[in-house]
Amino acid sequence: MSMSFFIHLFSAHKRFTELLTKDEKDLPNNRVPMERILTLPELKSNPFRKRICNVFSTSEYKDGGLTFEDFLDLLSAFSDSATLEIKSHYAFRIFDFDDDGTLDCGDLEKLVNCLTGETDDTRLTPEEMRQLINNILEESDIDKDGTVNLSEFQHVISRSPDFVSSFKIVL
Amino acid sequence: MPRKKDTDDINIEMDADESESDDGGNNKRTNNRRQGAGRGGARGRGRGKKPTSEDEDEEDEDEAPRGRRGANKKKPVKKRGGRNAKDDDDSEDEAPKKGRKGAANKKKGGKAQDSDDDDSDAGKGKKGKRGGKKGGKDEEDSKGKKGDAKGKDKGKDKDNDKKKKKKKDDSSDSDSNTNSEEEESMSEGEMARLMEEVEEKKKLIATIRNKPWRMKRRLVHLKEAQEFVDKFEGALGKGKGRKWYAYKVMMKKKWIKFSRDFENFRTACIPWERKIKEVESHFGSSVASYFIFLRWMYGMNLVLFGFTFGLVVIPEVLMGLPYGSIPRKTVPRADQDTAQDYSVLMDFQGYCKYSIMFYGYYNNQRTIGLLKFRLPLSYLMVGIGTFGYSLMVVISTMAKNADVGGGDGDEGEFTFAWKMFTSWDYLIGNSETADNKYASITTSFKESIVDEQENQKDENIHLRRFLRVLANLMILCSLGGSGYLIYFVVKRSQEFANRDDLSWYEKNELELIMSLLGLVCPPLFETIAELEDYHPRIALKWQLGRIFALFLGNLYTFLFALFDEVNTKLEEEGAIRNASLWAMKEYYANYTLFLNNSNLTPPPMPPADVIRGPCWETAVGIEFVKLTVSDIQVSYLTILIGDFARAVIVRFLNYCWCWDLEAGFPSYGEFDISGNVLGLVFNQGMIWMGAFYAPGLVGINVLRLLSSMYYQCWAVMATNVPHERVFKASKSNNFYMGLLLLILFLSLLPVVFTIMTLPPSFDCGPFSGKPYMFDVIMETIDLDLPAFLGTLFSYAANPGLIIPAVLLMVLAIYYLNSARDEEKNRRNNTDSTNQVMKDLEDLLPKGSLMAPPEPEKPPEPESRLTKTKPGSAGKGVNLQKDVALASPNPNARGPVNRSPGPRGAGPGQGPGRGQGPGPGRGQGPGRGQGPGGPGRGRGRGPPPR
Repeated sequence: MSMSFFIHLFSAHKRFTELLTKDEKDLPNNRVPMERILTLPELKSNPFRKRICNVFSTSEYKDGGLTFEDFLDLLSAFSDSATLEIKSHYAFRIFDFDDDGTLDCGDLEKLVNCLTGETDDTRLTPEEMRQLINNILEESDIDKDGTVNLSEFQHVISRSPDFVSSFKIVL
Repeated sequence: MPRKKDTDDINIEMDADESESDDGGNNKRTNNRRQGAGRGGARGRGRGKKPTSEDEDEEDEDEAPRGRRGANKKKPVKKRGGRNAKDDDDSEDEAPKKGRKGAANKKKGGKAQDSDDDDSDAGKGKKGKRGGKKGGKDEEDSKGKKGDAKGKDKGKDKDNDKKKKKKKDDSSDSDSNTNSEEEESMSEGEMARLMEEVEEKKKLIATIRNKPWRMKRRLVHLKEAQEFVDKFEGALGKGKGRKWYAYKVMMKKKWIKFSRDFENFRTACIPWERKIKEVESHFGSSVASYFIFLRWMYGMNLVLFGFTFGLVVIPEVLMGLPYGSIPRKTVPRADQDTAQDYSVLMDFQGYCKYSIMFYGYYNNQRTIGLLKFRLPLSYLMVGIGTFGYSLMVVISTMAKNADVGGGDGDEGEFTFAWKMFTSWDYLIGNSETADNKYASITTSFKESIVDEQENQKDENIHLRRFLRVLANLMILCSLGGSGYLIYFVVKRSQEFANRDDLSWYEKNELELIMSLLGLVCPPLFETIAELEDYHPRIALKWQLGRIFALFLGNLYTFLFALFDEVNTKLEEEGAIRNASLWAMKEYYANYTLFLNNSNLTPPPMPPADVIRGPCWETAVGIEFVKLTVSDIQVSYLTILIGDFARAVIVRFLNYCWCWDLEAGFPSYGEFDISGNVLGLVFNQGMIWMGAFYAPGLVGINVLRLLSSMYYQCWAVMATNVPHERVFKASKSNNFYMGLLLLILFLSLLPVVFTIMTLPPSFDCGPFSGKPYMFDVIMETIDLDLPAFLGTLFSYAANPGLIIPAVLLMVLAIYYLNSARDEEKNRRNNTDSTNQVMKDLEDLLPKGSLMAPPEPEKPPEPESRLTKTKPGSAGKGVNLQKDVALASPNPNARGPVNRSPGPRGAGPGQGPGRGQGPGPGRGQGPGRGQGPGGPGRGRGRGPPPR
C-alpha cells in the first residue's frame, strides 16, 4: 500500500477517534454508536444515513454502531477507487431496507420517501407512488417476480452514466 | 515436515491476528518473540494471547492428532520424492508440527479450517511442500522487500522462529547448508507452478479492493497473499539473478507507489472543484457543465499561454533589441503626440501597436542573444504548435468523453430506475442543498410520471411532427434572412468604404446589424423551439446548433471584411516598398558618388522617421484583440446589468410594487447556458485566429477566463435562479467539444491560408524580407541542419511520397475504425445482451422453483444467530455474515453467481457454491458453525434445476 493510502488512513482514523469519548479511546475494539456517527457532516444530510450505518455495521446488537474497521469499509466503498461492482453491491444493500436480499415494493416505497424528503409538500401522492413503482419494476424487473434482485439492480446501475461519480463520500 | 508447519503457521497467525484485530498488533509480536526465544521454538507463535494453552500444545506434540490433517499431508509427502535425506530430518519435526496444528485447529475451531479452505488445493500442497525450505530465503526477501509493514515484520518473526527450530532439531546441519541444498532441488516444473501461484496472488492483491468484502477479510487475504508473494517471489530468480530480481520487484513497487502518489497530487491540483460543486448543488449539473467546460478551456489556454510566452514573448523581451532601436519598435513621428492618449490606447494604436503584444514588434534577426535563439523559427513553430496542441487536446478529450459516456447510448431505457437509484448525490453535505435536491428529485419524479402518462395516452404524433417541421422551417427562414441581411450590409459597406461623407449610422451599419441580429435571433429561436416541445436537454442542443449557425455567419463576414482590408493594405504596402527602395537607392547612389566610399552605412535617420508600410499582420492582430476585448466588456456588462441590476431591482422594488415582481413578469434571470457556452466557444475561435498575429492575445484570454470563472460563479450564485426544469447534462459534454472542434477547424483555415499564400510585410514582424512565412523552415533546414537532411526533406516533400503516405493513413484509420467496431460489438455482446439473456435464462425457469418457499425462511435467523454468537472471533463471523447478506434469498441467488464479476471468487465460495439455485442449497447443515468449516456445505442442495 502506498503512502497516500496511509495518509487517508490517518485522516480517517483521526476523524474516527474524534467521535470517541475519552474513556472509550482506551478500550480496544471500540464501537461508536450510530447517533455519533451520524453527526459527521458528510452523513448528516444524507437521507440514507441510517441505512448506511446499518449496512456497514458488524455490531451484534444491530444498532448500527461502527468500529474503525467498519468505518474503513464504509469509506472504501464510497471512495473514488471502488469499482462499480462494489458500489452497486453496497448501494443495493443500502436500498434493501428490510435486509431480505431483494428490493420489493416496500423497499422501493421507502426509497422514494427517502429521496423526496420528509416534508409533506415534496411527498408523492399514493397514486403517484404506485405509478412510479410500477414503472420502476417494469423497467428493471427482468424476471417479473415483482422484486428487483441484486443482479437486476446491477444490470440497471451499470448502464447509468453517473452512478459511480455520485455514489461517493469524501472525508 | 516443516513445510506443512509453515502453512499452518500462516493460518494460525492470521487467526490470532484477527482475534485481536486492530489493536496491539505490536504487542503480540513482541510477545511472540519473547516466548519464542524463551522456549526455543515456534510453538508459542500465533497464540500470543493464550499463553496458557501453549503448554498443553507441547505436551500434545507427539500424540499428534494426525487424523484430521492426514489427507492433506499425504500429498506433499508423496511429491517430495528424491529428497529423502531431508525427509528423515523432517519427520522428526513432523509430529510436533501436526500436534500444534491439531491443537490450533481445535482451539480455533472453524477459523483455521476456514482459511485453509480459502487456499486452493493445489496451492496448499505446494505451500506445504515449500514452506520449510524458505527459511533463509525468507529472511533475505523480507529484508529486501517492502510489503505491508505488518506483513513484513511478521515474516521476519517467523523466520527467526523457524531458524531456531531448525537449529534445535538438526543441529548438525548449518542453516546455510540446508538452504543451498534445497535451492538446487527446485525443479523447473515447480518453479513454473510457483511462478503461477505468485502471479495469482499478485492478481489477488491488485484486485482485492474490487471485492465487496469486509475490511477484516480483505486484510486477512491481503496479508496472506502479500506474505506469500514476498516469500516466494525472490525464489523465482536463480542464483545471482535472485538479487537482481528482488531489486527489480522493489523498484517496480516503488514506481507504482510513486505513480499513485503523483495521481493523487494531480487530482488535488484540480482547481475550483468546490466552487463548481457548490454551483452544481444549487443549479444542477447542466449549469455546472458550463463551468467545467470553462475550467477545461482555462487549462488548455494556460498551456497555450506557456508556449507563446515561454518561446516567443519572453525571449524577445530578454534578448531582442529594446524599444526604440529600430523602426518597427518605434512609434512613428506623426503619431507620437497622441500615442499615449487613452482613446488611442483603447483602440490599441499608439504605444500598444508597437509593443510586444503584436506581430509587428518582432525582429527578423535569425538568431538573438547569446543562446542563438532562433526567434522567427520559434514564432512560426509556436503558431502552428498552438493549433496542433489544441487539435490534439480537443480530440483526445472527445475520445475520452466518448469512452466514459458509454451509458448514454440506451438513454430512456431505465429512466425511472436511474432516477430512483442514482439520483442522490452522496457528496451533498449541506442541509439546504439537500432540501433543494429533495425538491428537484420530487419534481423529476412527478415530471416523469406525467410524461409517462402522456406517453401512454398516445397523443397526436402527427401534430407533433408537423409542428417540429414547421418550427425548423421557420428557423431556417430566419437564418437565411439574417444571412442575406449580413451579405447585403457587407456589400453596402464596401460601397461606403469609397465615400467619406458618411453619417454615423452608415459608418457603423455593419456592427449595428450584427449586434441586432445577435440580440433578436436567439430569443426568437427559443420561442419557435417551444413549438417543438423537446426535452430541455435536447432543446438545448438544438438551440446551440442554431445560434451557432447564426454566429458563424457573423464570424465569416468579419473575416471577409478583414481579408478585403488585408488586400488593400498589401497593395498599399507594395507601393510604399517600391518608394522606399527607390529612395534608398538614390541615397546610396548619392552617398557613393560624393564620398567615393564603398562602405555603405544606412542613412542617419532616427527610427521614428523611417517610411514604413502598413504592416497588415499587426492590423489583423489589432482587430482580433479589439474584438476580444469588446466581447469581454459586453459579456461582463450583460451580467452586471441583465442579471445583477435586474436581481437588485426585483428584490428591493418588490416591497413597493403593484404586482409580485419575483414571481411575476421580470423575476430573476436564469443562467443562459447556451449563450454562455457559445460565447466561450467563439471567443476561443477568436483567440486561435488572432494568436498568430497578436501573441499577447493569449495572455488576455487567460486573464479573461480566470476572472470570468470567479465573476460568473459569483453572479450565478448571487443573482440567478435555478432553471424551472432542472435537468442533468449528459456527462459526456461532447457536444460542446464538437462545437469547439468545428470552430477550431474554421479558425485554422484562414490562418493557414495567410501563412501559406500571403507575403509577409517587408518591414515588420519576424518574417520580414522573406517571400513567404514558411521560408523560415527552409532557411533553417539549409543553414542549420546537415546537407543530407535537406535533400531528405526535399524528397519527402515529393508528391510521389506524400500521396502514398496519405493513402496509408486513410487505410490505417479505416482499419482502426473497423477494429474498434468489432471490439465494441464483442463487448456489447458479452456484457449487455448476453448478460440479459443469461439473467433471463437463469431467472425464468426458477419461477417454477419458487414454489416451496419454506426452506428459505428458517435459515435466516439461524445465520443471524451465528453472527451474534459472542466471543467467536473475526473471520468466521465475518464470512458468515457476508454469506448471509449476500444470499439470503436463494431465488435471487442464481444470476449473481453467474455474473462474471469478481464477487464470485470469494473465499469459502468453493466450486460447489454457485451451482445450486435450488431451495435448501446454502442452508441446512452446510451453513453449520462447527469446526467443520462454515461455507463448506454450500454445494449440497439438490443439483441445479
